[in-house]
Amino acid sequence: MLRITGGRVYDPANNINGEIKDICISDGRIVSDVEGGRTIDATGTIVFPGGVDVHTHVAGAALNFARAMIPEDHRRSAPMLRTAHRRGGIGGSTPTTFVTGYLYAGMGWTTVNEAAVPILSARHTHEELRDTPIVDKTCCVLMANNEILLDLLEAGEIERARHVAAWQIWAAKAYGVKAVNPGGVAAWKWGKDAKGLFEPVPGYDKVTPAKIIAALAGIVDGLGLPHPLHLHCNNLGAPGNYNTTLETMKVLEGNRAHLAHLQYHAYGGDDWFTMKSESAKIADAFNANKNLTTDAGAVLFGDTVTITADGPWQHLLYKLTGRKWGNLDVENETGCGIVPYTYKEKNLVNAVQWAVGLELLLLIDDPWRIYLTTDHPNGAAFWRYPEIIHLLMNADFRREQLKALAPKALKRILLPELDREYTLFEIAIITSAGPARSLGLPHKGHLGIGADADVAIFNDTPDVQRMFAYPRYVIKGGEVVLEEGEIRNVVEGRGYVVHPSYDEKVEDYIRPLFQQYYTMSFENYPVEVERLENPHINSCKSEG
Amino acid sequence: MNSIVLTLKESPTVPLEAECLSPDVFAPLRRDEIAALPVFLGKHQHRLDDFFTVEGDGGDEMEIRGDVGRVKWIGRGMTRGKIRIVGNAGMHLGASMKGGSIEVTGDAGDWVGAEMTGGSIHIRGNAGGQLGAAYRGSLSGMNGGTILVEGSAGMEIGMRMKRGILAVKGPVRDFAGLQMKGGSLFLLGGAELRTGAWMIRGTIVCGKPIPLLPTFSHACTYSPTFLRLYDRRLHERGFSLPHRLGEGGYRRYSGDSAVPGKGELLIWQPSAGAPG
Repeated sequence: MLRITGGRVYDPANNINGEIKDICISDGRIVSDVEGGRTIDATGTIVFPGGVDVHTHVAGAALNFARAMIPEDHRRSAPMLRTAHRRGGIGGSTPTTFVTGYLYAGMGWTTVNEAAVPILSARHTHEELRDTPIVDKTCCVLMANNEILLDLLEAGEIERARHVAAWQIWAAKAYGVKAVNPGGVAAWKWGKDAKGLFEPVPGYDKVTPAKIIAALAGIVDGLGLPHPLHLHCNNLGAPGNYNTTLETMKVLEGNRAHLAHLQYHAYGGDDWFTMKSESAKIADAFNANKNLTTDAGAVLFGDTVTITADGPWQHLLYKLTGRKWGNLDVENETGCGIVPYTYKEKNLVNAVQWAVGLELLLLIDDPWRIYLTTDHPNGAAFWRYPEIIHLLMNADFRREQLKALAPKALKRILLPELDREYTLFEIAIITSAGPARSLGLPHKGHLGIGADADVAIFNDTPDVQRMFAYPRYVIKGGEVVLEEGEIRNVVEGRGYVVHPSYDEKVEDYIRPLFQQYYTMSFENYPVEVERLENPHINSCKSEG
Repeated sequence: MNSIVLTLKESPTVPLEAECLSPDVFAPLRRDEIAALPVFLGKHQHRLDDFFTVEGDGGDEMEIRGDVGRVKWIGRGMTRGKIRIVGNAGMHLGASMKGGSIEVTGDAGDWVGAEMTGGSIHIRGNAGGQLGAAYRGSLSGMNGGTILVEGSAGMEIGMRMKRGILAVKGPVRDFAGLQMKGGSLFLLGGAELRTGAWMIRGTIVCGKPIPLLPTFSHACTYSPTFLRLYDRRLHERGFSLPHRLGEGGYRRYSGDSAVPGKGELLIWQPSAGAPG
């Protein structure tokens, strides 16, 4: 039992805006009152619900490939030494599994969504998530380039596709469905890409990216999944791609969707030399489409490594940078590319990217629909979130940062004109309450009675960046895991999984395809639920 | 100026990691503090005086006596002062160093001056591979400073070097100047295979004929004026370039066109009858 007393509480889901009130915790949940137990004097601090990362890459084959590719980054990063309470490891752009958990919890974030899992490497992903302590985990399974599904769409068998998709979600022990460059990664296997939403995907006559998007969004909503289709649009990163993004919003036709890392999809111009921000047009369209949520995918200057299932884009990035390139072909399901990257202030393209991430966060009027992410590690490592919070809360600081950009870049962006400053209430929405709602986790992202007791307590100081980087206390599931800036108690997180209903006979359809096309035997394919630590299974019925 | 003398008591059975052997660390310390500095043998931490006798007090100059061929990381990241090693030196000598100088009377191991940005290293004997190189995965190797080797050297010397001077009197092995990005590499005793493979920029000067990659193309034969400047500086340190007019010229090859790169390979060609 625990009582947090005297803190200023920001709990947007319950419309509590900086009120001084007690938070009581018993058996891992928030309760109305407790008798006895420990009391934390939180006078002079602010109290937030634990952070929720709606889009990050923290586990799995692709991330491990990236880890192996960047020894220079590991050498640069300070090691986290073993203590009585935690294991050793390293941070940097791709922290090791245990350190990932410590770093997230170390800034008061307690739930993460691993956003791209091929079924073929889902087992590996779950093993790594199991070794990522403290935080609760969800993951999204990659579907928009799965050849079994695309073949069904080609044949017009939407009903069967729905059962196959549901079977695949359960096979991967996933929580949501991710679509990456729909059709484009399948085309990449022919050395091509899918740039037009309404042109057939190479290798198919009828399947277009638009059809894949509409079909998957419909399937996700039809199955009643708590999280909408998690969509990485076509033409990521390309100048002029804002048109594709606007078209994608139309294709969704009112179905729910979460547009991942919107920053990478809001560029104008015709080529790298004329690239500019189109965040205003994207934000206007987004504001009007209430069926959508998004995350920023913001960029910060510095070294990082880019990892995405978007194979063709990564090949282009490799050609542009001349640096290292890793490419994975995940059989019939998807692909993956990895390129280390450095975002530089003086680089025009990077300056536009940096500005667009912030512009979207400032121009999208409803904080309940846009969430703080960097598409870790693509835009910057997740442990740099406090820098973004500082930029959002302080317009003068933003203006100061603008001085480092090439003067030419200032004509390509809107950021110098934006005066909006986030309040702590809004920060609590974009870091916790909003993403928890989008993920459909009713016990997360708030401090109302019955919520999971995931709480972050920060010193109330004017130095926002420092404040959000070093919480005073972090409580996960009712346990105090961090005190006085130090992890002192490592608890295990949970794995959230959905089990949508499907016709069991669909296995008879999948099995022969499997024997014909896969390198793995059908029996070894689905991940056993025992692989997950503390699995929490949602059967999608109450929401449906 | 104070100086300190360390004498190896007995060569360790496994390599000893001794990053503390740097003038930057020693300068402010008394002898007893220096003797207590940590070194690592395998995963066990020891005191410096478990392996060395320590004489004198901390200062900018240091002399290490004995065969420290199994002592790694001497002078790592040093910014000033002088280290003289009477004997052989181990791997990673002067890695990431920024200033000061290191002299070794014997041989040195691999990765000497890796990713250094300034200062100078002079090896009287032979050196291992990866001199002035980039560590695995890094974008660039040495970015300034000088490495001079009077004997031979191993593989991948000057790998991804960006600036600075690296000169070897004796022969070097394969992949000298691999993926070189800039700087000057002097191979006075010739080289084995694939010299300058994937080089993007920079200059490799060879005192002897070497096997060439097919992706280097001949441009001209001439006597570049700038080499006289290098010669003047290297001559002071006992290194001489064959460059005198009338005695021959340099065949210039550009490449590596496989990347494609704009580097140059200058290979000394004595005129007929001239002393080689």
